[in-house]
Formats: sequence, C-alpha cells, structure tokens
Amino acid sequence: MAGTFILEARGVTRQFGGLVANKNITMHVRQGEILALIGPNGAGKSTLFNLIAGAFPPSSGKLLFEGKAVADLSATQRCRLGIARTFQVPRSFDSMNVIENVMVGSFVRHTGTQAARRAAWRTLEYVGLADRAEAPTTELTPPEKRRLEMARALATEPKLLLLDEVMAGLTPSEAQKGIQLVRSIRDRGITVVMVEHVMEIVMPLVDRAVVLHFGEVLAEGHPKDVVRDDKVITAYLGERHRAA
Amino acid sequence: MNETMTMAAASAAPTQRAAGARRAQLPILALVCAVTALLPLVMQDVYLQNVLILTLMYAALSQSWNILAGYCGQISLGHALYFGVGAYAASFLFAGYGITPWLGLLVGAVLSAGLALVLGYVCFGLKGHYFAIATMVIAEIGLLLVHNSELFGAALGIHWPLGADSWSSMQFARTKLPYIYLALALFVLTWLATYAIEGSRWGFWWRAIKDDPEAAESLGVEVFRSKMAAAAVSAFFTAAGGAFYAAYVAYVDPESVMSFRFSLLFALPAVLGGIGTLWGPAVGALILIPITELTRSYVGGSGSGLDLIIYGGLIMIVALVKPEGLLSLVRPGGAKA
Repeated sequence: MAGTFILEARGVTRQFGGLVANKNITMHVRQGEILALIGPNGAGKSTLFNLIAGAFPPSSGKLLFEGKAVADLSATQRCRLGIARTFQVPRSFDSMNVIENVMVGSFVRHTGTQAARRAAWRTLEYVGLADRAEAPTTELTPPEKRRLEMARALATEPKLLLLDEVMAGLTPSEAQKGIQLVRSIRDRGITVVMVEHVMEIVMPLVDRAVVLHFGEVLAEGHPKDVVRDDKVITAYLGERHRAA
Repeated sequence: MNETMTMAAASAAPTQRAAGARRAQLPILALVCAVTALLPLVMQDVYLQNVLILTLMYAALSQSWNILAGYCGQISLGHALYFGVGAYAASFLFAGYGITPWLGLLVGAVLSAGLALVLGYVCFGLKGHYFAIATMVIAEIGLLLVHNSELFGAALGIHWPLGADSWSSMQFARTKLPYIYLALALFVLTWLATYAIEGSRWGFWWRAIKDDPEAAESLGVEVFRSKMAAAAVSAFFTAAGGAFYAAYVAYVDPESVMSFRFSLLFALPAVLGGIGTLWGPAVGALILIPITELTRSYVGGSGSGLDLIIYGGLIMIVALVKPEGLLSLVRPGGAKA
C-alpha cells in the first residue's frame, strides 16, 4: 500500500516568460498519505500545486496520476479522474447558495439533480456546514468559506485532494477543527496534498513534507527530519542563523 | 456505514424543500397564461393588442438572450443575427416556395443553433468585453451580407404574399387574436425551457461558469461545452421569435429584423427585470415594451429615439440602485425565494 504512488512528477519545469517558477521537479505522492508542500515565499509551491491541479500545463516534464500521463489534460478532465483542489482565496459561486455551490461539484459524479443534491447534503454534513446549506455564500464567515471550498472539492469524490493554505488565518480552535477534518478525509482513503505556511499546524498533521526553494526540491522526508535539515533552515532563516 | 445511512435519511427534507420552492413557479406561469389568454376578451382595442403581442414576444426573446447571457454569463450584443436568420428563413421559404412558416420557423431555429455553434467555436476563447464586441461585429457583418444578397431581396427584403387567413400560413389579417396566442406560446415554451435547464446539471454548470470559470473548471465543469450548449439553445429560441415576428408583420428587410437595435431590445428587458432569473425578462418587457410603443404613438415618427432615451435612463438607474434588477426588490436575498 505504502509503495504505490498516486502521483508522480518527473522533471517538471514551468516557466513564466523568463522566470523559472518550477525547475526540474521530481517528486511523488504516496497513496493514502498527507503530504505537505512547504517552502519560503516565492519557492514555487503554488506553481507546483497549480500544475498538479491542471490550472496550466508544465513547460516540460511528466506528470503521472495513478500511472497515467495527465500533463496535457485540462483541470476538468483531471477532476473527472479524481484530482480536486481548493483555492487559496475562496472562490465561491456567489449567485448560488451554499448547497448549490457544492452541487456543482457533485454533478461530476451524479447526473440527476436530486442525486446531486443528496450527495451535496451529505458532504455538507461531513464538513459541518449543513446548517448553512440554504445560506447565500456572501453571508458566510471566512472559516465557513474555507469549509465550503473543501466541501465543493470533496463533492467531486476525489482520490487526491489538493488543499491550498486552508488553515491560513484561522484561530487555533478553528485550525484544530480543520486538522481533524483533514485527518478524517485521509481516513476515508483520500490522499491529501497541502500547501501550508503555518508550520506548527502542518508538522504534526502530515506524514511527509516536500520542501521547495527557488523552484527546486530542497528536501523531502518525514517532517521531523525536514525541519532539522541544514539546507531547510538556511532557506528559511538565512545563512547566519544556521549555527544557532 | 450506518453513519451514511442516517445522513441519507436526514437529506430527504432539504431536497424536497428545494424542489418545492422551484415548483411553486409553475402556478405563477399558469396564472400569467390565464390572465394573458383572457385579456383580449376585455381589451378589444387593436392597438393595445399589438402592444400585448410585442410585449410577449420581447419577453420570450429576452428570455432566450437571458439563457446565454444571464445564466451562462456570456454577454451577447449580436442576437439580432439569430433573430434575422429565423425571420429570413421563414420568409424565404414561405414567399419563395410556399413552405409553411411552421416548418420555416423550425428550419430557421435549427440553422441558427448551428450558426451559434460555429460562432461559439470561434468566439468562446474571448473573454468578457471582447466576446460582447465580437458578437456585435459578427451581427453587423450578417446584416451587410443580407443587405447585399439578391437571393434574399437585398435592401428591399421579402414581402409575404397575401392570402386567406389560416393557421398553416400563420397569416391573419382580420384579427390579432391568433398572434396573441402564438406569442404567448412562444413565451411559455421559452420560459419552460429555461425552467427545465435551470434545475438541471446544465443550469448549475452555466451559473458556475458565469460566477467563476476557473473554479468551475476545477470542479469538473465542461466549460466550453456548456457555453456551446447555452449558445445553441439561446439562438434556437431567438430564431423562433424571429420567424414569428416575420409572420406577424408579413415583411422582412435587413434593417427591420437585423439592426443592432434588436440586439439591445433583447438584452434590456432582462437587465432591467433581473439578469439570470426566470421572471426578469418578462418583468422587464412588461415595463419597457409598452413605454416604447406609447412614446412611439404619442410623440410620433420623430420620437423614434425617445424610447431609447428612456431605456438608457432606466438601465442607468437600475445599474446604480439595483444591479440585480427589479425582481430583487420583490425577493430580497438572491435568486431563490
């Protein structure tokens, strides 16, 4: 089980004009794990995240999802295959209420409106937003909007869930609920990749971390080992802090 | 496992509630039909009956426009093109070959839907304003092509041959009553199509695309195919309206069915009443069309621009005070009651 890779990146590069945002990245995500993508600002986390989700294609390199090449597939096609994502800044559909937002996601697996609505309702109960099902999205609090993002993504019934800074800006108790939710998602058999800034949240939660720096993979491994890695400390704090 | 069982049981209630709220729209439609069907019995004035016919027709046409622009978010300013295709198809086949306008209407509608797919294929790569401008330009090109085409009578257009009143030729010189019912049928069909789509997967996908195409794509929405479908359905009903209009006035020429003015007249009622809503276009048409006709008759031929001034004023007020349209005054808090 632990040996199977749900996602593999082989030599993935992405350029924006002259800027190389991701350079020759080779990494993998194991079936059923929670993986963190971390790194200082501008390290290329978001770019890699978007490449996996299919927001734009890589300039070169291979992306394999369950052994299948997906680099040329659109975000829509990848969603059908089982890759779902959230957005860092919640992007709810504001002409719809909460459950209708989630239904957009559940329509991927359910053609009928009734079936899609039932599935959306189950998802809302699962993430703890069912009591807001009929509310307009504009009335949601920021943590609720984050949950809606997760509910929509989960409604597409993914195998791989990409979470983009879902814990940012949450109070400690809200973050704690978020952590429980992510664990429970993993326990359902969904593999999770999360981009996160808040280290103290990420480290106890994740099984493995990939550290990016200047668009390249700097380190990779168990979170405890990664934070002790000299290269990682230097990347975050600068050369002169390394001795301390 | 038993966890999912209880969830399924609990989910029955909100599902039914939502379906009920939607179905409550149907009695409103029935009421509107009944009132409209009975209205000509008390309103015998031919002039007012003409206003009623045009109001119903523009309600239907604005609803057709609303399908693409209001629900799917693709603002077209070139729907006069599809209107013209429907009007010319029915006129050309009837005047030239004696083919019943019913068939002409269908031919025009199908042609129009096909044309919308071709143009959509080219234009849906464009975003926002650029898409709107492209539709406008393409409609103008269509107008010029017809203007210079001997086959379609060039600038003179096509006159419908005089004949006895009959349903098969859609010609009634003695009474306007059949046209009232035809226009009503057109409106009801367009409304029902919108209603059915709104509650379906397409409806949800269209609105998702309108709100945030990138987020929609990440949730598995087929963005391009959804836009194409919306364009085809929208063009189909617009052309049906064009065929009806041609039969009603028994005459088409390029300016009278394909001018930019029509593209505006399809958009304005929906914008005024509430874009992307089931009743917005009808409410908007009910306000705008009588204003047009009344100013036209009271101010006379020279006042042909006055209605547009009033439109412009109304739209500016709506845009400033209630961008969601007049309907949102009745139903605060969004599209769903």
